[in-house]
This record gives sequence, structure tokens and C-alpha cells, in this order.
Amino acid sequence: MARTVTTNRKIINTAAAWTIGLLIFFPILWTILTSFKSEATAIADPPVFLFFDWSLENYRVVLERSDYGRFLLNSVIIAGGSIILGIIVAVPAAWSMAFVPGKYTKDILLWMLSTKMLPAVGVLYPIYLIFIKMGLLDSRIGLTVILMLINLPIIVWMLYTYFREIPGEILEAARMDGATLREEIVYVLTPMAVPGIASTLLLNFILAWNEAFWTLNLTAAKAAPLTAFIASYSSPEGLFYAKLSAASTMAIAPILILGWFSQKQLVRGLTFGAVK
Amino acid sequence: MRLKAPLTMASMVALATAGFAQAETTLTIATVNNGDMIRMQGLAEDFTSKNPDIKLEWVTLEENVLRQRVTQDIAAKGGQFDVMTIGTYEVPIWGAQNWLVSLNDLPAEWDADDILPAIRGGLTIDGELYAAPFYGESSMVMYRRDLMEAAGLEMPDEPTWADIEKAAAAMNDKENEVYGICLRGKAGWGENMAFLTAMANSFGGRWFDEDWKAQFDSPEWKTTLDTYMNLMNNYGPPGASTNGFNENLSLFQQGKCGMWIDATVAASFVTNPEDSTVADKVGFALAADNGLGKRGNWLWAWSLGIPAGSDATEEAKKFIAWATSKEYTALVAASEGWANVPPGTRTSLYENPEYQKVPFAEMTLRSINSADPNEPTVDPVPYTGVQFVAIPEFAGIATQVGQEFSAALAGQQSVDEALAKAQALTTDEMEAAGY
Repeated sequence: MARTVTTNRKIINTAAAWTIGLLIFFPILWTILTSFKSEATAIADPPVFLFFDWSLENYRVVLERSDYGRFLLNSVIIAGGSIILGIIVAVPAAWSMAFVPGKYTKDILLWMLSTKMLPAVGVLYPIYLIFIKMGLLDSRIGLTVILMLINLPIIVWMLYTYFREIPGEILEAARMDGATLREEIVYVLTPMAVPGIASTLLLNFILAWNEAFWTLNLTAAKAAPLTAFIASYSSPEGLFYAKLSAASTMAIAPILILGWFSQKQLVRGLTFGAVK
Repeated sequence: MRLKAPLTMASMVALATAGFAQAETTLTIATVNNGDMIRMQGLAEDFTSKNPDIKLEWVTLEENVLRQRVTQDIAAKGGQFDVMTIGTYEVPIWGAQNWLVSLNDLPAEWDADDILPAIRGGLTIDGELYAAPFYGESSMVMYRRDLMEAAGLEMPDEPTWADIEKAAAAMNDKENEVYGICLRGKAGWGENMAFLTAMANSFGGRWFDEDWKAQFDSPEWKTTLDTYMNLMNNYGPPGASTNGFNENLSLFQQGKCGMWIDATVAASFVTNPEDSTVADKVGFALAADNGLGKRGNWLWAWSLGIPAGSDATEEAKKFIAWATSKEYTALVAASEGWANVPPGTRTSLYENPEYQKVPFAEMTLRSINSADPNEPTVDPVPYTGVQFVAIPEFAGIATQVGQEFSAALAGQQSVDEALAKAQALTTDEMEAAGY
């Protein structure tokens, strides 16, 4: 039965939602505002909110000092490559788990997630040595593979949850019509699952974009993405908060814009499976 | 046709040879994000124009991230960097492991004898110079001349801890948010422990006796910590247990500290009218002593070293010789002014009449010269380092000890409890490490 919602309740709900939303967004807003201040205004006490001399000086300095384009390109290639590679591996895995589950499918799913429970630093040294041996240090390929492996459990889980919502009978019908396994996955399952795959791609793209531990530890000059770009503006001996904020704003801007335009898919990606 | 083929071949060989002759060597340089290093990146064109066959790639990272990255890379022989920015803590440890290339053969015009003796001593192991200092720093007292005058006091050039307390009490005006003294309280071996270890030296405290036994149960450490707590609890800003360099810099620049004892590099920040509201009111004095012949100031030099795994050692030496030369100093002075020259490395800089006009130049030099990494405190010690102990275990141990002292400052435990815990954990860690 539908619940009737009074106008007052609607107003309260809307106000509460906006308040919580603004609270969550405030640190990002403050970073963006700080990026337009001078270093002295950035540390002013009491803090200055909107009424200051707005300036693009910090952006000019950051662009002059760093090759932003190269960091951005690395981020796009590494994050993009890792999710594409991840999807190629995860679709068949999720298909088999969703439509032909075996005795240990549930255990395997849980085991996959358990790799996310290990602190990354615990395997840093072995992976670092493997990377040295394979010549993968400071390479886009190495980072793409690492980020794919890190996000793979989440990609498989998300796709698995989504595939479970697709009736198995449709796939059976395709099989009856003579579709091979590859055709069944590529021409029947994948088109039906496009919204799910899209939201999985988006969410994992954001995760890969923001990943800082591996990207900082396995890169130097050539493959460093935007996380390293931000790190280069942090300093324990010097107040460069305005420049750091400008660098942060430039690093999060692409992903913020992408997130804004695809928020519907993102919300769906985060909530599917929650309502049956 | 017959002639054409050999000609084409010859021209291809010539082209290829020409290509080899001009083959570029890329130097990957790991560095920290501070004013002097960023300035060097901006001026690097001077080097590349003189050395067109060398290309420079910069990896700039936050100090702690950089330390972890270069340590990891040099220990695992990752070979990602050709030049590393390292401090006086790393050089003795890495040099002893043969992880660094000796710089004894830098060209004569680089003038190794011009390097300040205290700095050179900290970077030399068994006669081998393992890193060239880019800038050196010590710590000193920065105080508000106007507040001291208003209180009818004068800060001596060589104050004692009693002078410091007297000045802090006189300038303290908590109602108007002016605190008598600001000191580091944030936990970390390079944060509160850098300050407290240097302070303990002036009270005769030491980390270890000659048998590597921890000394936190000594009366010298008790006096050090009692003096520090007394200053901070009575005249310090609120929430000081989370204050590091940047937090105190921010407070001082906004006129909220009567006095701040910290790195000499801060002098150029607090006297910069663009960022500091008290730029024209700052005085400088040596770090305090207690009449025992040692002052509570530290010694640090950000230096450039070459990891043993680099395959561009000669090019890296060329770069280091350029970046740490007298000519580089002149280049910075010409383009950015004498106040922005990397300080604390060369005697000739302090003999330069132009540089002597910089208000904090003399006090910086005296601070550096008064620190001795080989005899840091009153009694003999088995280690080198003024505000650190140059052993690999120190960073981990000192960070834990720093957490105990920071907790005491936050009021979570007493000084005696903090010292007892520091003694126990240091003893355990050193025994486990085989000392």
C-alpha cells in the first residue's frame, strides 16, 4: 500500500536531504574555493568563505610547474584500461556463477572478496619485486593490470548480482535456437545487461581513478597518474594549501563531471540487488 | 644504381651514428616539495641548455612519501631514480650499506672544502662524501620583537631555557589569542621528536649510552620533558599535541605566537610580507641552552645522492655538481634575490656581503655551526645525529616514543608514565634488533 506523504513531511525530507548532501559535499566545495585564494587567505583565521580576491594564480602556477596533461592521460589510460580488462575477465566469470552455479560458487565469491580484506601494504614488497623482475615498474601496463586485479572482485560481484536478475529462461531459449556459449554471452546476455555493465564500469572507473596506494608506490616519472600529481603539492614544511587545492581540483574535476552526468547509473549500480 | 646503394647505406649509417652521438640520457630525479626544490626545477633549463644530451624527469613527492619510495627503491634495487633527495638521517645508513655512489670525484671547481664543516661531516662516512648538500638547516628561536619590547624585555642572542620561559610568560596573552610559545607537539620522529631530542641534548639527555642502553629513565630526560610540558601547558596554544611545522607556521604568521622554535628555513616564510602579518616584527636568536655547552638546535641537510643501481652515474654527478655549486647560488640570487638562495651549505655564501644583509643569515649560520652530529650531546654517545640516531631502527622507535610524549602533552598520561613507556618500548625494540 502506498504511503501518503504530507506536504510538510516532503519539505522536511527535502531540507534534510539537502543539508546532508551539502555537508558531504562541503570538503570538496572548500577545496575548490581555497584553490582561488592566496596562500595567506587560505590559512586565514577566521576562515574566509566567499568574499576574497578571486584569482586564477594558483592554477597558473600549477600548470606552469607540472605537466598536467601527462598525468591526466596516464589516469585515463590506467583507469580506463583496468576496467575494460576487468569487464573482459569478469563477464564470463559472473555468467558462470549466476547461471551455472556449482557446489562451491558461494565459497568462491566470498573468497574473492576476502582478498579485499588484506591490507595492501602487506603485499607491497612481493609485488614490487615481481614488477622489477618483469620490468613493469613505472609502466602503464603494470598499473593497469594491478588496478584490474584490485577491482576485479567488486566487478565480478556487481555483475553477478545484476545477472541474477536476468531470467535464465531467456538464455535457455537462445541455446534452444542454437546459440553457442560465446554467442549467448555476447549477443544475448551482454545487451540485456548493458545498464548493469555501464554502472559497474562507472563505479570501478572512479575507484581506479582515485586509487593512491599502488599508483604512488609503483610509479616514478613515466606512468604517474593524477594521484601522484596531487601528492607532489603536499608539503610538511611550507604552507602551500591554495596550490594543493588547485592541484586537487584539477585532479578531481574530470571524475566529478563524469559522475555528475552519470549519477542515475551510479545510484542504480550502488543499489541494484537491494530491492527484489 | 650500384653507386646509389652504398651511398644510401653510408648516409643511413651516418644518420644512425649522428643519432647515437646525440642520444639523450634521461635522469629521473626524486625530490621533495619545498620552495628551494621547486625553484631548482624552474631554473633547471640552465643545466639542460649546457648539457643538451641530458633530459631531466622530476618526481616530486611529499617528504614522508618520498622517504618511503626512495628507501623501497634503493633497498629492492628498483633502479627508478638516478638522483635522490635524501636527508642527513639516510646518508650515513645508506652509505654504510654501499647503496650510494661516492661523490669524492666531483670536479675541483665544485670546491668541496667550501661546504660547511658540520654539514659535510654529516654526509661523509669513512672519508667518502655520499651526498652533496642542496640546503642545510638548523633550528632557532623566532620571536616577536614588538611584543618583547612591549613587555620591557630583550631576547639575548644566546638565550637559556630560563630566558625562554621568562619571555613566553611575558608575551602570553591568551585572552587575545596570543600564546607565549609555539612548539611542535605532533607525534613523529621528524616532528615532535626532532625538537625534543635536540632539546634533550641541551639538558645533557641522550637516547642511548655507549652500550646502546635506552636512557629515558635518566633525570636529564625527565627535566627536558618537564620543561617542555611547563612551557606548553602554561603558554602554548590549545590543541598543541597536533601541531607540526605547518600548523605553527600558520599561527606565527597570523600573529598568534610570541615565540616559535623551529627550522631556520621558516625564517624566510615568517619575514615574507605577502604571507606573514608580522613580517617586519620578527627577531631571531639561537636555540636555548642550559649552561652545559650544548644548544637545543638540530642539523639537517636536504642533499642529492646517486643510488648505486643508477645506469647514468656520470650524468647524475654532472647534475649534482650543477645544483649544489656556487654558480647555482649566483643564478638564484640573480633571478630571485639573495633571500631565496638555498641556505646553510657553503662558507662562501656567508662571506658574501650581499647575503650578509639578509636578516636571518647570521643566525642561521651560527645555529648550523653550533650543532655537531658526531658529538650531539654532553656525554659520549655511540651514534651520529643531532635530532636523530642514524640507525635504521630509529624512525620506527622514535615515532612510537613521539606518540607517548604527544599523549602526555594532550593530558592523556603523565610525564613519568610517558617516559616509562618510552624506556620500555625502546629497550624492547633495540633488544629485538640485536643491540
